[in-house]
Amino acid sequence: MAGVAGPEIERLIQLLARLPGLGPRSARRAALHLIRKREELLGPLGDAMRVARERIVTCSSCGNIDTSNPCSLCSDARRDGATLVVVETVGDLWALERAQVLNARYHVLGGALSPLDGVGPDDLNIGALVSRVAAGGVKEVILAVNATVDGQTTAHYITELLSPYEVKCTRLAHGVPVGGELDYLDEGTLAAALKSRTDL
Amino acid sequence: MAGTDPRIKSGDGHGGFNISASQEGRGGGGSMEWSERALVLGVKKHGETSVILEVMTREHGRHVGVVRSGRSKSMQPVLQPGNEVAVTWRARLEEHIGAFTVEPFTLRTHLLMADVRALHGVNWLAALLRLLPEREPHQNLFEMAAALLAHLGDPLAPNLFVRFELAVLSELGFGLDLQKCAATGATDDLIYVSPKSGRAVSREAGAPWAEKLLPLPAFLRGDLKTPASPDDLRAALRLTGYFLDRDIFAPRGLKQPDSRATYIATL
Repeated sequence: MAGVAGPEIERLIQLLARLPGLGPRSARRAALHLIRKREELLGPLGDAMRVARERIVTCSSCGNIDTSNPCSLCSDARRDGATLVVVETVGDLWALERAQVLNARYHVLGGALSPLDGVGPDDLNIGALVSRVAAGGVKEVILAVNATVDGQTTAHYITELLSPYEVKCTRLAHGVPVGGELDYLDEGTLAAALKSRTDL
Repeated sequence: MAGTDPRIKSGDGHGGFNISASQEGRGGGGSMEWSERALVLGVKKHGETSVILEVMTREHGRHVGVVRSGRSKSMQPVLQPGNEVAVTWRARLEEHIGAFTVEPFTLRTHLLMADVRALHGVNWLAALLRLLPEREPHQNLFEMAAALLAHLGDPLAPNLFVRFELAVLSELGFGLDLQKCAATGATDDLIYVSPKSGRAVSREAGAPWAEKLLPLPAFLRGDLKTPASPDDLRAALRLTGYFLDRDIFAPRGLKQPDSRATYIATL
């Protein structure tokens, strides 16, 4: 079907449709909205995207993305360098930071070991993690990986790799989420929650 | 935690299930549909909300299909390797990837996560089943895999793995003959396996070539109740590993899965 707008607008719609959560129809709506708010939104968005493209780098220390290398988390002297939180993706790091419960440093693996997807240890940022621990100063490594078979396999693999070093490896608890109703939980989560029950 | 899907009836209680599978279209049009109990081998993300699920079934072998909303909070715990599920596969044509609807049957991922050896075991089992061609029934391997998954945390599991690898070799046309001596036909005192023929060799016949022959642990010729020491198990896994490498992995340009080595290291 021929586009109803000029090629520039069609190109904008096509690119927006590639974003997560947007299909062709919603991309059209988003494009129309941007065009209507040309000065307030389209211009600043374009500028922000250009700047981001030019300045965003991956932190050579932890694998986080930021506009400086090392990233703002790694260069923050107030953070506790003795605790290292290992996460699969930058999205997981952002989730933990949103929770505001940690004042530790992070390490982003860039995924989890996955035989089906062909992701092996060499495809992940594991070597740098071992180097960081080997450099000293780290007392605890919190493996904040997903509660999936791939995530837990990765956690065990890393624990094994770090076993020669004097570092405590811990993982996140598995159980009932805050606000969760038992009736809606799967049997596996309930069993894990019961197994790691605590005294009141 | 076993589910009660009416389409799947409990059989002999040890992996044997009566399966009502329908290859005929419902309401005409020639669409494909079948229902089976399945072992989850893995999932791949597909789009934003769906996944491509890989399962092992008794009648349809290793099979993949799309699970819509497979990344939802309720489906994610179900679609983990090692779980048993009841699936219904539908497609317009047989050659299409098709779509699965999935109901939980036996969820055991939480048990696997608590046991490092079991966790490596489930990855190893999935890697072995991935050696099979898709959509080709291997009923014996399905039954063995189901039994193995149910006993992954048991001391018996390594012994089951050895026998499972022997069965994989056999199903793929590279079975070992461990019942009689390749040279003399003797059935006693078989302590070697020829690396060339994959056949057992007796102590007497093999003596001149003992260094070149592979050791055959005695428990492999007995049943599951025959005790096996960790050394016996390692020797047996070296034996199956040799033939898996030579006949299956190397010709396909593959290397043994890391999970196999990590599992063996835990013995």
